[in-house]
Amino acid sequence: MHELSLMEAVRDQALAAAHAEGAIRITVISLRVGELAGVEVEALRFAFPVAMAGTIAAGAELRIESEAAECHCPNCDAPFPAPHGCCDCPRCGAISRQLLCGRDLRLLSLEVV
Amino acid sequence: MCRDCACGEPGPDPAAVPASAPRELTLHTALLQRNDAGAAALRQRFVAAGVTAVNLLSSPGSGKTALLEALAQRLDPTRLAVIVGDLATDNDARRLQAAGVQAVQITTGQACHLEAAMVAEGLHRLSHQGVALEPLELLVIENVGNLVCPGAYDLGESLRVVLLSTTEGEDKPLKYAPIFHGADLVLISKIDLAEAVGFDRAAAHAAIARVAPHAQVLEVSARSGAGLDGLIVALGLALPAVR
Repeated sequence: MHELSLMEAVRDQALAAAHAEGAIRITVISLRVGELAGVEVEALRFAFPVAMAGTIAAGAELRIESEAAECHCPNCDAPFPAPHGCCDCPRCGAISRQLLCGRDLRLLSLEVV
Repeated sequence: MCRDCACGEPGPDPAAVPASAPRELTLHTALLQRNDAGAAALRQRFVAAGVTAVNLLSSPGSGKTALLEALAQRLDPTRLAVIVGDLATDNDARRLQAAGVQAVQITTGQACHLEAAMVAEGLHRLSHQGVALEPLELLVIENVGNLVCPGAYDLGESLRVVLLSTTEGEDKPLKYAPIFHGADLVLISKIDLAEAVGFDRAAAHAAIARVAPHAQVLEVSARSGAGLDGLIVALGLALPAVR
Protein backbone atom coordinates (compact mmCIF):
# COMPACT_ATOMS: atom_id res chain seq x y z
CA MET A 1 0.00 0.00 0.00
CA HIS A 2 2.28 2.77 -1.28
CA GLU A 3 -0.57 4.64 -2.94
CA LEU A 4 -0.87 7.21 -0.15
CA SER A 5 2.78 8.22 -0.50
CA LEU A 6 2.31 8.36 -4.28
CA MET A 7 -0.70 10.59 -3.78
CA GLU A 8 1.36 12.84 -1.50
CA ALA A 9 3.84 13.19 -4.37
CA VAL A 10 0.93 14.11 -6.66
CA ARG A 11 -0.20 16.71 -4.14
CA ASP A 12 3.27 18.27 -3.77
CA GLN A 13 3.81 18.48 -7.54
CA ALA A 14 0.29 19.80 -8.16
CA LEU A 15 0.50 22.45 -5.44
CA ALA A 16 3.90 23.64 -6.68
CA ALA A 17 2.65 23.92 -10.27
CA ALA A 18 -0.58 25.68 -9.23
CA HIS A 19 1.32 28.08 -7.00
CA ALA A 20 3.75 28.91 -9.84
CA GLU A 21 0.74 29.79 -12.01
CA GLY A 22 -0.89 31.91 -9.34
CA ALA A 23 -3.93 29.62 -9.15
CA ILE A 24 -6.21 29.86 -6.15
CA ARG A 25 -7.84 26.45 -6.49
CA ILE A 26 -7.20 23.12 -8.21
CA THR A 27 -10.42 21.64 -9.59
CA VAL A 28 -9.17 18.61 -11.55
CA ILE A 29 -6.04 16.46 -11.28
CA SER A 30 -5.34 14.06 -14.16
CA LEU A 31 -2.98 11.10 -13.86
CA ARG A 32 -1.84 8.31 -16.13
CA VAL A 33 -1.33 4.93 -14.48
CA GLY A 34 0.23 2.02 -16.35
CA GLU A 35 -1.14 -1.49 -15.95
CA LEU A 36 2.37 -2.64 -14.97
CA ALA A 37 3.18 0.30 -12.70
CA GLY A 38 2.40 -1.78 -9.62
CA VAL A 39 -0.31 0.62 -8.49
CA GLU A 40 -3.86 -0.16 -7.43
CA VAL A 41 -6.20 2.47 -8.91
CA GLU A 42 -8.88 1.98 -6.24
CA ALA A 43 -6.26 2.56 -3.53
CA LEU A 44 -5.18 5.75 -5.31
CA ARG A 45 -8.78 6.96 -5.34
CA PHE A 46 -9.09 6.14 -1.65
CA ALA A 47 -5.90 8.05 -0.83
CA PHE A 48 -6.79 11.09 -2.96
CA PRO A 49 -9.11 13.03 -0.58
CA VAL A 50 -6.88 12.16 2.37
CA ALA A 51 -3.79 13.58 0.68
CA MET A 52 -5.56 16.69 -0.65
CA ALA A 53 -7.41 17.64 2.56
CA GLY A 54 -6.65 21.14 3.82
CA THR A 55 -5.03 22.28 0.55
CA ILE A 56 -6.30 24.26 -2.47
CA ALA A 57 -6.88 20.85 -4.10
CA ALA A 58 -9.42 19.74 -1.48
CA GLY A 59 -12.61 18.70 -3.26
CA ALA A 60 -10.86 18.40 -6.64
CA GLU A 61 -11.86 15.72 -9.12
CA LEU A 62 -9.37 12.91 -9.75
CA ARG A 63 -9.19 11.66 -13.36
CA ILE A 64 -7.17 8.54 -14.04
CA GLU A 65 -6.24 7.52 -17.54
CA SER A 66 -5.09 3.92 -17.54
CA GLU A 67 -2.31 2.82 -19.85
CA ALA A 68 -2.61 -0.75 -21.09
CA ALA A 69 0.53 -2.85 -21.43
CA GLU A 70 1.67 -3.36 -25.01
CA CYS A 71 4.62 -5.26 -26.48
CA HIS A 72 6.22 -5.38 -29.91
CA CYS A 73 6.41 -8.80 -31.57
CA PRO A 74 9.70 -9.27 -33.43
CA ASN A 75 8.24 -12.03 -35.66
CA CYS A 76 5.07 -10.23 -36.71
CA ASP A 77 6.81 -6.83 -36.55
CA ALA A 78 3.67 -5.45 -34.94
CA PRO A 79 2.47 -4.41 -31.51
CA PHE A 80 0.16 -6.56 -29.40
CA PRO A 81 -1.68 -6.04 -26.12
CA ALA A 82 0.01 -7.70 -23.15
CA PRO A 83 -2.78 -8.05 -20.56
CA HIS A 84 -1.50 -8.74 -17.04
CA GLY A 85 2.05 -8.31 -18.32
CA CYS A 86 2.10 -11.55 -20.30
CA CYS A 87 4.47 -10.88 -23.18
CA ASP A 88 3.61 -13.79 -25.48
CA CYS A 89 2.27 -12.70 -28.85
CA PRO A 90 -1.35 -13.83 -29.39
CA ARG A 91 -0.70 -14.27 -33.15
CA CYS A 92 2.48 -16.37 -33.22
CA GLY A 93 3.23 -17.20 -29.57
CA ALA A 94 6.70 -15.62 -29.61
CA ILE A 95 7.76 -14.00 -26.36
CA SER A 96 8.54 -10.33 -26.78
CA ARG A 97 11.36 -8.59 -24.94
CA GLN A 98 10.17 -5.18 -26.00
CA LEU A 99 7.57 -3.55 -23.77
CA LEU A 100 6.21 -0.51 -25.58
CA CYS A 101 4.14 0.93 -22.74
CA GLY A 102 2.37 0.04 -19.51
CA ARG A 103 4.72 1.20 -16.76
CA ASP A 104 3.94 4.91 -16.80
CA LEU A 105 3.07 6.77 -13.60
CA ARG A 106 2.58 10.41 -14.46
CA LEU A 107 0.86 13.63 -13.45
CA LEU A 108 -0.62 14.71 -16.79
CA SER A 109 -2.38 17.99 -16.09
CA LEU A 110 -4.34 20.15 -13.73
CA GLU A 111 -7.41 22.30 -14.09
CA VAL A 112 -7.08 25.38 -11.95
CA VAL A 113 -8.89 28.63 -11.32
CA MET B 1 -3.45 43.27 -29.02
CA CYS B 2 -5.58 40.16 -29.11
CA ARG B 3 -3.32 37.34 -27.94
CA ASP B 4 -5.33 34.58 -29.54
CA CYS B 5 -4.91 35.35 -33.22
CA ALA B 6 -2.89 38.56 -33.46
CA CYS B 7 -5.76 40.14 -35.43
CA GLY B 8 -4.97 43.59 -34.20
CA GLU B 9 -8.27 43.99 -32.38
CA PRO B 10 -8.00 44.93 -28.72
CA GLY B 11 -7.82 41.89 -26.48
CA PRO B 12 -10.38 41.15 -23.81
CA ASP B 13 -10.16 43.27 -20.72
CA PRO B 14 -8.54 40.99 -18.09
CA ALA B 15 -10.91 42.41 -15.49
CA ALA B 16 -13.86 41.25 -17.62
CA VAL B 17 -12.71 37.60 -17.56
CA PRO B 18 -14.52 35.87 -14.71
CA ALA B 19 -12.10 34.93 -11.95
CA SER B 20 -13.53 31.45 -11.91
CA ALA B 21 -12.68 30.58 -15.54
CA PRO B 22 -10.84 27.27 -15.26
CA ARG B 23 -7.63 26.79 -17.19
CA GLU B 24 -5.59 23.70 -17.84
CA LEU B 25 -1.95 23.31 -16.84
CA THR B 26 -0.16 20.58 -18.77
CA LEU B 27 2.55 18.97 -16.64
CA HIS B 28 3.49 15.44 -17.78
CA THR B 29 5.78 14.94 -14.79
CA ALA B 30 6.78 11.54 -13.43
CA LEU B 31 5.13 10.88 -10.05
CA LEU B 32 8.29 9.28 -8.75
CA GLN B 33 10.61 12.06 -9.94
CA ARG B 34 11.99 12.72 -6.47
CA ASN B 35 12.84 9.05 -5.95
CA ASP B 36 14.19 8.81 -9.51
CA ALA B 37 16.55 11.73 -8.85
CA GLY B 38 17.73 10.10 -5.62
CA ALA B 39 18.24 6.80 -7.45
CA ALA B 40 20.27 8.51 -10.18
CA ALA B 41 22.55 10.02 -7.53
CA LEU B 42 22.98 6.61 -5.88
CA ARG B 43 23.73 4.98 -9.24
CA GLN B 44 26.49 7.53 -9.85
CA ARG B 45 28.03 6.71 -6.47
CA PHE B 46 27.88 2.95 -7.12
CA VAL B 47 29.44 3.32 -10.57
CA ALA B 48 32.17 5.65 -9.27
CA ALA B 49 32.99 3.18 -6.49
CA GLY B 50 32.98 0.22 -8.90
CA VAL B 51 30.51 -1.73 -6.75
CA THR B 52 27.75 -3.98 -8.08
CA ALA B 53 24.53 -2.88 -6.39
CA VAL B 54 21.73 -5.44 -6.25
CA ASN B 55 18.10 -4.72 -5.39
CA LEU B 56 16.84 -8.03 -3.99
CA LEU B 57 13.07 -8.46 -4.06
CA SER B 58 10.65 -11.20 -3.07
CA SER B 59 7.65 -11.99 -0.94
CA PRO B 60 8.33 -12.46 2.80
CA GLY B 61 9.89 -15.78 3.68
CA SER B 62 11.18 -16.81 0.27
CA GLY B 63 14.75 -16.94 1.47
CA LYS B 64 16.47 -13.62 0.73
CA THR B 65 18.45 -13.53 3.97
CA ALA B 66 19.34 -17.24 3.89
CA LEU B 67 20.65 -16.81 0.36
CA LEU B 68 22.87 -13.91 1.46
CA GLU B 69 24.15 -15.95 4.41
CA ALA B 70 25.09 -18.73 1.98
CA LEU B 71 26.79 -16.28 -0.40
CA ALA B 72 28.78 -14.84 2.49
CA GLN B 73 30.33 -18.28 3.04
CA ARG B 74 31.58 -18.29 -0.55
CA LEU B 75 32.71 -14.70 -0.95
CA ASP B 76 35.16 -12.51 0.93
CA PRO B 77 32.76 -11.03 3.52
CA THR B 78 34.86 -7.86 3.78
CA ARG B 79 33.92 -7.12 0.15
CA LEU B 80 30.19 -7.63 0.72
CA ALA B 81 27.73 -5.33 2.48
CA VAL B 82 23.97 -5.49 2.91
CA ILE B 83 21.33 -2.86 3.58
CA VAL B 84 18.25 -4.74 4.74
CA GLY B 85 14.73 -3.33 4.97
CA ASP B 86 11.91 -4.61 7.15
CA LEU B 87 8.90 -3.03 8.80
CA ALA B 88 10.31 -3.83 12.23
CA THR B 89 13.13 -5.63 14.11
CA ASP B 90 16.82 -5.82 13.26
CA ASN B 91 16.73 -9.62 13.17
CA ASP B 92 17.91 -9.90 9.57
CA ALA B 93 20.86 -7.53 10.05
CA ARG B 94 21.88 -9.52 13.13
CA ARG B 95 21.68 -12.80 11.19
CA LEU B 96 23.85 -11.37 8.43
CA GLN B 97 26.34 -9.90 10.90
CA ALA B 98 26.58 -13.31 12.55
CA ALA B 99 27.49 -14.68 9.12
CA GLY B 100 30.32 -12.12 8.94
CA VAL B 101 28.52 -9.69 6.64
CA GLN B 102 28.68 -5.94 7.14
CA ALA B 103 25.00 -5.10 7.43
CA VAL B 104 22.69 -2.30 8.49
CA GLN B 105 18.97 -2.57 9.11
CA ILE B 106 16.49 0.00 7.85
CA THR B 107 13.19 -0.27 9.69
CA THR B 108 10.50 1.32 7.58
CA GLY B 109 7.67 1.42 10.13
CA GLN B 110 4.52 1.03 8.06
CA ALA B 111 6.21 1.63 4.69
CA CYS B 112 5.99 -1.39 2.42
CA HIS B 113 9.08 -0.72 0.32
CA LEU B 114 12.50 0.94 0.34
CA GLU B 115 13.01 4.28 -1.39
CA ALA B 116 16.23 5.84 -2.67
CA ALA B 117 16.45 8.20 0.31
CA MET B 118 16.34 5.24 2.73
CA VAL B 119 19.20 3.58 0.85
CA ALA B 120 21.22 6.81 1.07
CA GLU B 121 20.58 6.75 4.83
CA GLY B 122 21.71 3.10 4.93
CA LEU B 123 24.96 4.01 3.15
CA HIS B 124 25.49 6.79 5.65
CA ARG B 125 25.07 4.36 8.51
CA LEU B 126 27.40 1.83 6.87
CA SER B 127 30.05 4.55 6.60
CA HIS B 128 29.65 5.19 10.35
CA GLN B 129 30.46 1.51 10.85
CA GLY B 130 33.64 2.08 8.85
CA VAL B 131 32.27 0.51 5.65
CA ALA B 132 33.15 2.52 2.54
CA LEU B 133 31.77 1.67 -0.90
CA GLU B 134 35.11 1.57 -2.73
CA PRO B 135 36.54 -1.66 -1.26
CA LEU B 136 33.24 -3.51 -1.80
CA GLU B 137 32.53 -5.82 -4.72
CA LEU B 138 28.87 -6.28 -3.93
CA LEU B 139 26.27 -4.18 -2.13
CA VAL B 140 22.95 -5.94 -1.68
CA ILE B 141 19.84 -3.95 -0.86
CA GLU B 142 17.51 -6.55 0.63
CA ASN B 143 14.14 -4.95 0.09
CA VAL B 144 11.05 -5.27 2.30
CA GLY B 145 9.36 -8.62 1.64
CA ASN B 146 6.55 -7.62 -0.73
CA LEU B 147 5.87 -8.55 -4.35
CA VAL B 148 3.96 -5.40 -5.25
CA CYS B 149 5.14 -2.00 -4.03
CA PRO B 150 8.97 -2.26 -4.06
CA GLY B 151 8.90 -2.86 -7.82
CA ALA B 152 7.95 0.77 -8.49
CA TYR B 153 11.00 2.26 -6.76
CA ASP B 154 14.39 2.53 -8.46
CA LEU B 155 17.15 2.33 -5.84
CA GLY B 156 20.04 3.05 -8.19
CA GLU B 157 20.82 -0.65 -8.50
CA SER B 158 22.75 -2.14 -11.41
CA LEU B 159 20.91 -5.44 -11.09
CA ARG B 160 17.37 -6.17 -9.98
CA VAL B 161 17.00 -9.70 -8.65
CA VAL B 162 13.59 -11.25 -7.86
CA LEU B 163 13.28 -14.47 -5.85
CA LEU B 164 10.54 -17.02 -6.31
CA SER B 165 10.68 -19.90 -3.84
CA THR B 166 9.47 -23.38 -4.75
CA THR B 167 7.07 -23.32 -1.80
CA GLU B 168 5.18 -20.34 -3.26
CA GLY B 169 3.92 -22.12 -6.36
CA GLU B 170 5.01 -21.94 -9.97
CA ASP B 171 2.31 -19.46 -11.09
CA LYS B 172 3.43 -16.65 -8.74
CA PRO B 173 5.09 -14.70 -11.61
CA LEU B 174 1.76 -14.55 -13.47
CA LYS B 175 0.00 -13.28 -10.34
CA TYR B 176 2.59 -10.55 -9.66
CA ALA B 177 3.71 -9.70 -13.18
CA PRO B 178 4.84 -6.07 -12.67
CA ILE B 179 7.62 -6.90 -10.23
CA PHE B 180 8.86 -9.83 -12.32
CA HIS B 181 8.77 -7.67 -15.42
CA GLY B 182 11.44 -5.40 -13.97
CA ALA B 183 13.80 -8.26 -13.08
CA ASP B 184 17.24 -8.71 -14.62
CA LEU B 185 17.67 -12.01 -12.83
CA VAL B 186 15.01 -14.33 -11.39
CA LEU B 187 16.13 -16.90 -8.82
CA ILE B 188 14.02 -19.95 -8.09
CA SER B 189 15.02 -20.46 -4.47
CA LYS B 190 14.69 -23.48 -2.15
CA ILE B 191 15.14 -25.70 -5.20
CA ASP B 192 16.15 -28.53 -2.81
CA LEU B 193 12.47 -28.62 -1.77
CA ALA B 194 11.11 -28.79 -5.33
CA GLU B 195 10.34 -32.47 -5.30
CA ALA B 196 8.94 -32.51 -1.76
CA VAL B 197 6.41 -29.76 -2.54
CA GLY B 198 5.57 -30.99 -6.05
CA PHE B 199 7.00 -27.90 -7.71
CA ASP B 200 6.57 -28.01 -11.51
CA ARG B 201 9.87 -26.57 -12.78
CA ALA B 202 8.85 -26.41 -16.45
CA ALA B 203 5.66 -24.52 -15.58
CA ALA B 204 7.66 -22.09 -13.42
CA HIS B 205 10.18 -21.40 -16.18
CA ALA B 206 7.35 -20.92 -18.69
CA ALA B 207 5.55 -18.49 -16.35
CA ILE B 208 8.74 -16.48 -15.77
CA ALA B 209 9.46 -16.33 -19.52
CA ARG B 210 6.02 -14.80 -20.16
CA VAL B 211 6.28 -11.96 -17.66
CA ALA B 212 10.05 -11.50 -17.36
CA PRO B 213 11.29 -12.08 -20.90
CA HIS B 214 14.55 -10.17 -20.34
CA ALA B 215 15.54 -12.00 -17.20
CA GLN B 216 18.17 -14.64 -16.74
CA VAL B 217 16.74 -17.47 -14.60
CA LEU B 218 18.71 -19.61 -12.12
CA GLU B 219 17.68 -22.34 -9.69
CA VAL B 220 19.40 -22.03 -6.32
CA SER B 221 19.38 -23.49 -2.84
CA ALA B 222 20.93 -21.74 0.15
CA ARG B 223 20.78 -25.00 2.08
CA SER B 224 22.37 -27.40 -0.43
CA GLY B 225 24.49 -24.77 -2.18
CA ALA B 226 23.02 -25.73 -5.57
CA GLY B 227 23.35 -23.00 -8.17
CA LEU B 228 25.32 -20.61 -5.96
CA ASP B 229 28.42 -20.66 -8.17
CA GLY B 230 26.20 -19.78 -11.13
CA LEU B 231 24.68 -16.95 -9.11
CA ILE B 232 28.13 -15.57 -8.23
CA VAL B 233 29.02 -15.57 -11.93
CA ALA B 234 25.69 -13.94 -12.83
CA LEU B 235 26.46 -11.18 -10.33
CA GLY B 236 29.70 -10.55 -12.22
CA LEU B 237 31.88 -11.66 -9.30
CA ALA B 238 34.89 -13.95 -9.32
CA LEU B 239 34.40 -17.47 -7.98
CA PRO B 240 36.55 -18.25 -4.95
CA ALA B 241 39.65 -20.19 -5.98
CA VAL B 242 39.74 -22.38 -2.89
CA ARG B 243 36.90 -23.72 -0.79
